[in-house]
Amino acid sequence: MITFMNNSDSEDEPCNERTSLMSAESPPVPSYQDGLQASETREAQTHRKRQTGSSRSPNNVADEDASDSDVRVRESALENEEEELTLKYGAKHVIMLFVPVTLCMIVVVATIKSVRFYTEKNGQLIYTPFSEDTPSVGQRLLNSVLNTIIMISVIVVMTVFLVVLYKYRCYKFIHGWLILSSFMLLFLFTYIYLGEVLKTYNVAMDYPTVILIIWNFGAVGMICIHWKGPLQLQQAYLIMISALMALVFIKYLPEWSAWVILGAISIYDLIAVLCPKGPLRMLVETAQERNEPIFPALIYSSAMIWTVGMAKPDTAAKGQSQQTWDAEDERENHSSTSHSDSQILDTRSPAPSHPITLEEMEEEERGVKLGLGDFIFYSVLVGKAAATPSGDWNTTLACFVAILIGLCLTLLLLAVFKKALPALPISITFGLIFYFSTDNLVRPFMDTLTWLPRF
Amino acid sequence: MTLAVFFGCTFIAFGPAFSLFLFTIARDPLRIIILIAGSVWGWGPWATSGHRAFFWLVSLLLSSLIWFIAVKASDPHDEPLQKGLLIFGVMFSVLLQEAFRFLYYKLLRKAIEGLVALSEDGCSPISIQQMAYVAGVGFGLMSGAFSMINLLADALGPGTVGIHGDSQLYFLTSAFMTMVLIFLHTFWGILFFHGCENRRWWEIVAVVVMHLAVSGSTFCNPLYVGSLVPSYVLMAIAAVWAYMLSGGSVQNLRRFLLCAQSEASPQPAS
Repeated sequence: MITFMNNSDSEDEPCNERTSLMSAESPPVPSYQDGLQASETREAQTHRKRQTGSSRSPNNVADEDASDSDVRVRESALENEEEELTLKYGAKHVIMLFVPVTLCMIVVVATIKSVRFYTEKNGQLIYTPFSEDTPSVGQRLLNSVLNTIIMISVIVVMTVFLVVLYKYRCYKFIHGWLILSSFMLLFLFTYIYLGEVLKTYNVAMDYPTVILIIWNFGAVGMICIHWKGPLQLQQAYLIMISALMALVFIKYLPEWSAWVILGAISIYDLIAVLCPKGPLRMLVETAQERNEPIFPALIYSSAMIWTVGMAKPDTAAKGQSQQTWDAEDERENHSSTSHSDSQILDTRSPAPSHPITLEEMEEEERGVKLGLGDFIFYSVLVGKAAATPSGDWNTTLACFVAILIGLCLTLLLLAVFKKALPALPISITFGLIFYFSTDNLVRPFMDTLTWLPRF
Repeated sequence: MTLAVFFGCTFIAFGPAFSLFLFTIARDPLRIIILIAGSVWGWGPWATSGHRAFFWLVSLLLSSLIWFIAVKASDPHDEPLQKGLLIFGVMFSVLLQEAFRFLYYKLLRKAIEGLVALSEDGCSPISIQQMAYVAGVGFGLMSGAFSMINLLADALGPGTVGIHGDSQLYFLTSAFMTMVLIFLHTFWGILFFHGCENRRWWEIVAVVVMHLAVSGSTFCNPLYVGSLVPSYVLMAIAAVWAYMLSGGSVQNLRRFLLCAQSEASPQPAS
């Protein structure tokens, strides 16, 4: 899901221009709340910048308030400027998300192609109890659909549970849950992964070394994700745990169930984020009401930490990072990921709460946030494409490009709609189309072509 | 068949393209998006008969589809017919790729109008010539990747090339062919967009004819090495033509080579 944190949905559109016109005169009131204030200050900066650029004095503000037609013209002009700013940053945001998604997919594909362990069938998760080892196609299809239904219901239940907990402010519970799940991911799954990689390359390693490596990796990971750490290290850890989670899914989900689950999850994502009573939408709205960021630790954040000239940066930053890490573990606790992470948030991390000068505004970086669930399911799709028995790389490449294009389109829609958007549907749809068509249509074509090269 | 062959072929095939990417495209996020979108578009023709890679992919998809239908509808044991169908499939995919290039041109024109409308000073941040170049690189990279990547994966594993009497240079020639193809797509992109911009139909026809010629030449010779030289000659012609169209000239080239005070470079003018 993609959201813009700083605009709550409905009432702000007409107000923004007015309040920002007025706040061009007077600086906004310092406040601990980053949500609305941040948007107004941001737009105030935008307008102030524009006004300075076009040499309009702030006195005009009062005059134009009086005349409606001027305000209307201004509103459209301001909207255009706002759009242009969004678009200018838009391409940059797209690339800021391309890189981690690409890295995660590369890690997953590299592992799938080299480590046999993740393509061997060694049982299934309890969430997909029906086996696909049936003699008839119909039976197999039925089993995969049943598996999907069970898996999706588990995910729905977990998401609703999370939303309920969040609504009733059971932060400690969520917090504990998240710590437990990320602990398991960072230590147990990494240990298994390391073991399998060493087995594949026939490298011997003694236990003390393993303990040292895993301990350091896990401890630093826990600190980075749940407390403080350099942004890039945190991003790297989030990418790694997404990749590990995706590998678990790829290993334990049977073939057809995986594809049906991918399809069903994108539909669920669409519903959960866009419907008024969807759990994820309620989560976003609750967080916006309370002016808290939505579980930033469950979410990959590409935002630059903005510390230039902030009056009270630390308290704001700390306050947010405290809440951010609560929700993350909850998701990883289960093999099924809850969908609070299928979100992309566009917010600024620690929002300044004091008047910002123009120079600081120039250096501002608006970040885009993408939920870890999106990373995981993108990687599951590409990994499953890479794990096909035919061993074809074209399919993997096609799915990879399809997902990136879907992400690009989703971000474009985010720039247009400026509200919470599901990140899964478009990418997964493209990915599925490209996977099935490349596997069944392009592969025979290209294979025959390689016997007689060329094009 | 070892790491040496793998890396050698990878760098031969993709080295120039990746350096083009690094030096000219990687720094601007908008260009990266156009590159990836173009590559997807190029895939379509392949599949039916088969932000740039997307367009190529879609064209690949569509052309593979057509080929697939044709093959299913025909007798699988008739060798010449199968080969004929394959040639037909490839020709069709070439035509479809060019058609998709045209569609992509239309899409980019709309995008430029949008960017101009939204920009502060009435200028788009990227010109159609730059987009042509990036689109060409996207098409080229995607087509190169699709042709080489399975070969490269096989090159890592055990085996001997040409043990049954085929050419021993198969990997090398494929790598060189891929490189020339990526360059050709880049130059064709520039030529094609220039032709569309200025309504010069002969440029577009020339691009299509060149593409057909290059694809056809690979079918005609059993040894496959023989098709390399004509392709390189065609690439040189296309390079010079694209350079001239982008505002280059002999003086620019001379000044560039002598490191004099001008910015002559074989890229489209901004």
